[in-house]
Amino acid sequence: MAQNLDQLKESPSQTAGPYVHIGCVPNFCGIEGVWDRDLGDAMVNDQTRGERISVSGIVYDGVGAPLKDALVEIWQADVDGIYPGGSDPRGAGDPNFTGWGRKAGDYQSGLWTFETVKPGRVPYPDGRLMAPHITFWVAARGINIGLQTRMYFGDEAAANGEDPILQRIEHQARVPTLIAEKTGPGAYRFDIRLQGDGETIFFDF
Amino acid sequence: MALANRPPAGGFFQRDWTWQPKAYTPQYKTSVARSPNRALLSMPQTLSEMTGPVFGHNMIGQLDNDLLLNCAKPGESAIGPRMIVYGRVLDESGRGVPNALVEMWQANAGGRYRHAKETYVAALDPNFGGCGRTITDADGHYEFRTVYPGPYPWPNRANDWRPAHLHFSLFGPGFAQRLITQMYFEGDPMIWDCPIVSIIPEKAGIESLIAKLDMNNTVPMDARAYKFDIVLRGRRSTYFENRPEGN
Repeated sequence: MAQNLDQLKESPSQTAGPYVHIGCVPNFCGIEGVWDRDLGDAMVNDQTRGERISVSGIVYDGVGAPLKDALVEIWQADVDGIYPGGSDPRGAGDPNFTGWGRKAGDYQSGLWTFETVKPGRVPYPDGRLMAPHITFWVAARGINIGLQTRMYFGDEAAANGEDPILQRIEHQARVPTLIAEKTGPGAYRFDIRLQGDGETIFFDF
Repeated sequence: MALANRPPAGGFFQRDWTWQPKAYTPQYKTSVARSPNRALLSMPQTLSEMTGPVFGHNMIGQLDNDLLLNCAKPGESAIGPRMIVYGRVLDESGRGVPNALVEMWQANAGGRYRHAKETYVAALDPNFGGCGRTITDADGHYEFRTVYPGPYPWPNRANDWRPAHLHFSLFGPGFAQRLITQMYFEGDPMIWDCPIVSIIPEKAGIESLIAKLDMNNTVPMDARAYKFDIVLRGRRSTYFENRPEGN
């Protein structure tokens, strides 16, 4: 016998279920007046620095059907590449930017849209710069543990080409699943496919 | 850079994928078409995973963690067995996680959710919304006041029922700690028949989601108490990796 490490086990994940809206976006699902607005609803205000962008998409299942009950969260750096709010040891970041957004897919179409700014580049642990990217986290009925992925920008080919995470991916044919298409000025499309053809890369960090 | 009162800022412990449920669990049918086929790609943690959104205590209203009252008309309250659910948010090293946002949602005492897509015949309670939120204190403590939720049937096999449960959503200081889970109640025989519970590989894992009745913290003539601790991924506490280059 050796000494005990006295470590605990992470709580097992359980699905968010079909009614995740009640707890995470109650105003979206018609429970109004309990709190003013849903958390993560607005990431920017009129003083936020950086290029305004919108990121839209749909989460699809393995049959190709849109998820109409998904909860999508994003976490990203500000225009200078600093994570705002105080958890980044390099600084506080833009005080007019939350960095974190949360949207429910539309009940009919499954579409969600984030209004945000294009993030700056954040260093990899060895000091090289990663390409601009947004972390995505998806929870829904039928998803047993939240799925994490990253969105990169289709108009950042040079930066994407030298991104340390993208370079480490063995099956380079799958990298396009992480790249959002620019569909107009400041508009990007990023669909997420949970399974099958074009299955999005999900990460274990 | 040293930040006062922060836990050690090493990387997060590797997630134990033998302890967490698999994505593909055919006994829970909806998972079949919503589970990735490919292996998760394991990558080094970067600032993108080690940082996370910060939520302030000032955003929390006085009734946000009181589901008995936060959706009730003045002078009224939700119907059902009154209950306090309390505990701590910890990391795998056993440290309390301060300032963690805890969001909770649930069915009412009859097993009915307040949701447009809910079809169960049980009645809505006009004084119950079913959502609460709070932020942990300096030692990781949280508490809610609510009603004991009812069990309810759900479409999976022809006659599957969920045991009484609360849903919890959690943030730690790093986005890699993001977690959604459910809390069950000590002594409920339906826990062991539930397809969603059964995806948890180990019995000890299931038991770690079962809250214990705590009569000592019950409020006499008012509300029973259940204690439920939640554990988020731990963080390395050795400092060698953080030494400036060349040391």
